[in-house]
Amino acid sequence: MLEHLELFFKSIFIDNMVFAVFLGMCSYLAVSKKVSTAVGLGAAVIFVLAVTVPMNWLLDQYVLQPGALAWLGEEFIDYDLSFLSFILFIATIATMVQLVEIVVEKFAPALYNSLGIFLPLIAVNCAILGGSLFMQAREIPSLALAFNYGISSGIGWFLAILAIAAIREKIRYSAVPAPLRGLGITFIITGLMGIGFQSFGGMLTGDNEPPVVEETIVEATDVEAPTTSNELNETRVLEAEETSDAEETIASIN
Amino acid sequence: MGLLSKKDAKLVLDPLADNNPITIQVLGICSALAITAELKASLVMAFSVIFVLGVGNVVISLLRNVIPSKIRIIVQLVVVATLVIIVDQVLKAFAYELSKTLSVFVGLIITNCIIMGRFEAFALGNGPWKSFLDGIGNALGYGVILVIIGFFRELLGSGTLLGYAVLGDPIAKTGLYAYGYENNGFMIIPPAALIVVGIIIWVQRSRNPQLIEEA
Repeated sequence: MLEHLELFFKSIFIDNMVFAVFLGMCSYLAVSKKVSTAVGLGAAVIFVLAVTVPMNWLLDQYVLQPGALAWLGEEFIDYDLSFLSFILFIATIATMVQLVEIVVEKFAPALYNSLGIFLPLIAVNCAILGGSLFMQAREIPSLALAFNYGISSGIGWFLAILAIAAIREKIRYSAVPAPLRGLGITFIITGLMGIGFQSFGGMLTGDNEPPVVEETIVEATDVEAPTTSNELNETRVLEAEETSDAEETIASIN
Repeated sequence: MGLLSKKDAKLVLDPLADNNPITIQVLGICSALAITAELKASLVMAFSVIFVLGVGNVVISLLRNVIPSKIRIIVQLVVVATLVIIVDQVLKAFAYELSKTLSVFVGLIITNCIIMGRFEAFALGNGPWKSFLDGIGNALGYGVILVIIGFFRELLGSGTLLGYAVLGDPIAKTGLYAYGYENNGFMIIPPAALIVVGIIIWVQRSRNPQLIEEA
């Protein structure tokens, strides 16, 4: 439960899609002129991320990782298809977006009318592919956590586009220097918001709770995914246990 | 430009300044900003995009009469994804350290809006040679901005260029540091890239008032 909460807040605030890793900037800049459209696109992003990240997690776990094909039989255990991940991820995303569009149109016409025009845009939104690639690079350990990661990074993106759209609606009445008008000032405001979001960086490291999830994630990004991930998993678990042991001894000494 | 006719040269040169993909068309910002803390990473990213966009534009342009328009997005994605896999594998083989720094951002070239944008807007309606020039031009325009951002962020943030200390040694206090100069750690953090782009847009639009947006 704790790791779910931690991942949730971490992906919304610390690793915010827009402010920390600059994903989905194109649509963020293009569709943030009005709050109402920004809300529509943001909702669509949350929805698609929540569907595609767990899908791609399954794909990564059972097809792409080195040794992932073991369920097919002994002779497939040496296969490493991780070089195919880009093409399979993007194919999953493109088909899922199409599928979601059809299903939503059929069963929830009201939702379709509000999301409809944004759904095709989303297939080429880097936040979506970025979500799946970060999920792979950080080695999210379970399907539930992958779902959590998809939803929470979607919410982070939603917050960002909502905030910038609200600011842009207000700034229209301000005397911005002419060459900065429009795009220029939006970049600078986003930069300032990003600096603000940097201050969330220390949010989950304090207190007596052992920050297990965070440490494993940091290590995973340091080592990078497509090496021998089985070994990595083991070392990671070991290290996590060590750190929590250390924390406990420190706590008991105190 | 003896090799190219005036029209062809325009295809290459226009995106470098007045029709720049990043500062004017607002495309491809996604993967542009996060990797510009060092000049080297910016250069590699720029070359990768030049390769992908140049070759991709030619492929799409050759296929333009065969692709059914309903599924063109998927076809385009497959072409880009294939080229990006090639880039990624080459980087992993010959520049492993660098490919670790770039991490997922190489993969994100697939959804770089410049690429899809040029496929849609140019390669689907023009011949291979013109599409090639257009692809190279736009990728160069993207690369120029990346290199400018990377140059200033690395110079002001760490006092180095391509890893070489150009301003002196901050610990031994040589060079500029002897006069009390300090590195601006602010330039290293990701949001600084956004502010640098904002300033580039400011400079560009002050020099060329035609580009100023209506309020």
